[in-house]
Amino acid sequence: MAKKDQKMSETETEEEETEAESMSESESGSEEQKQESKGGGIDYIMSLPDVPRNLPPHVELQRTRVFANIDAPTHTDSIQYSGAFASVGLDNSFRLDQFRNNFRVEVIRFSDDGMDMEFDMIGIDPAIANAFRRILIAEVPTMAIEKVFIANNTSLIQDEVLAHRLGLIPISVDPRLFEYAENNAPNERNTIVFKLHVQCAKDLEEEKGQSKKKKEEKKVPPRITVKAKDLKWLPKGSEFYLESEDSNSNSSSKSKTYTSFTCSQDSLPKFSNNKIGFKEPLDDINIARLGPGQEIELEAQAVKGVGKTHAKWSPVATAWYRMLPEVVLLEEIEDEDAETLKEKCPVGVFDIEDIANGRKRLTVARPRACTLCRECIRGGEEWEKRVSLRRVKDHFIFTIESTGALPPEVLFTEAVKILESKCERVISELS
Amino acid sequence: MDPPPEQVNYICGDCGMENTLKPGDVIQCRECGYRILYKKRTRRIVQYEAR
Repeated sequence: MAKKDQKMSETETEEEETEAESMSESESGSEEQKQESKGGGIDYIMSLPDVPRNLPPHVELQRTRVFANIDAPTHTDSIQYSGAFASVGLDNSFRLDQFRNNFRVEVIRFSDDGMDMEFDMIGIDPAIANAFRRILIAEVPTMAIEKVFIANNTSLIQDEVLAHRLGLIPISVDPRLFEYAENNAPNERNTIVFKLHVQCAKDLEEEKGQSKKKKEEKKVPPRITVKAKDLKWLPKGSEFYLESEDSNSNSSSKSKTYTSFTCSQDSLPKFSNNKIGFKEPLDDINIARLGPGQEIELEAQAVKGVGKTHAKWSPVATAWYRMLPEVVLLEEIEDEDAETLKEKCPVGVFDIEDIANGRKRLTVARPRACTLCRECIRGGEEWEKRVSLRRVKDHFIFTIESTGALPPEVLFTEAVKILESKCERVISELS
Repeated sequence: MDPPPEQVNYICGDCGMENTLKPGDVIQCRECGYRILYKKRTRRIVQYEAR
């Protein structure tokens, strides 16, 4: 086994070894220990708390880092196979207790309105991190306008386009308070009804009573911008009556509306002190512009749905992650080189610190800001040898931008619950 | 049985005045005499899918 180990390290190129050196300096002592006791003590060493792995440092680096070289990234894959490192006597199988001990979540940033959030997920496989991202975008439900009943629309914007625009307006209502409508009739448990009735004044009528002077002053015809706040919640359901044979049903029963609410939504405890409406800043979304005399009268029904049906139900403006950038200086960079490198970086990753005798030394101050633009390793091989750009494979900087229905931290826990229920479904189908 | 002849509202293409016409009336605006009249949009509710 020791022979194989040697062979491996021999075949590696020099460049990689130098890159690994900065990491390995502290570990070189423990490596010797490992090699000495390889005969039968592997299990013992593995059980030690401060020896998590006994891979050679450069292989360990390849396992845990993506190398952003000048031409292309290398070592991008995550190694899953349990016997991948069997030749060096390492069991690579997944261990739940290890994951439990190593997995961490650190919240980095909340925006002032609490709708954007950045957090780190450390010690997780990219497949699972990506599963959370996809579930956030496509499978966490929200409410969105689905049906639009237009009684009048004399504005320039066509009915279809208007309906589409209404559908895209985010509604800040907790979707967990509602059921999926599926094929049920719209009722107070699965539908929110909004009314929109706006009219722009005719300039003719306005000017009738005014004196000639004012007429001349007011040459600009009236215009109205219809905003999301003009949508008014109808807790009692639709106010439009279904058209029926008037002669028959006129006297016998009340004519039906487009919804069948059994009670008013604002009498329900969940809405009694939490009126549905458009609050700041979501109330300022433009719907249409009206010219003189134009009018829009409609009702809109919002239902629960998920983003994979239509993007309007997606609860996030977007959710994304990136792997943690790692910028390592492979040699001491001082004086003029330090200044040039600091100038090279467009996002200001590097800083300069003063050392003795008026000399300056480069430090990596903000590696998190690095976009891996490679600007610092451009300009010849000597620069490539000075800086190594990497990504940490199991460290994800996750960002969630909520559209307002639920705060991002709640969205994420909802996504976790959805993944959990998916796993449970698979388990129950297998057993 | 025919329903009684309905009065229909039109809008003048020139002055924007509202005109009510019965079957057989001359198609002409009462205000300005313009001969192009536009029919108003139906009050019937039209349903759309917001997609």
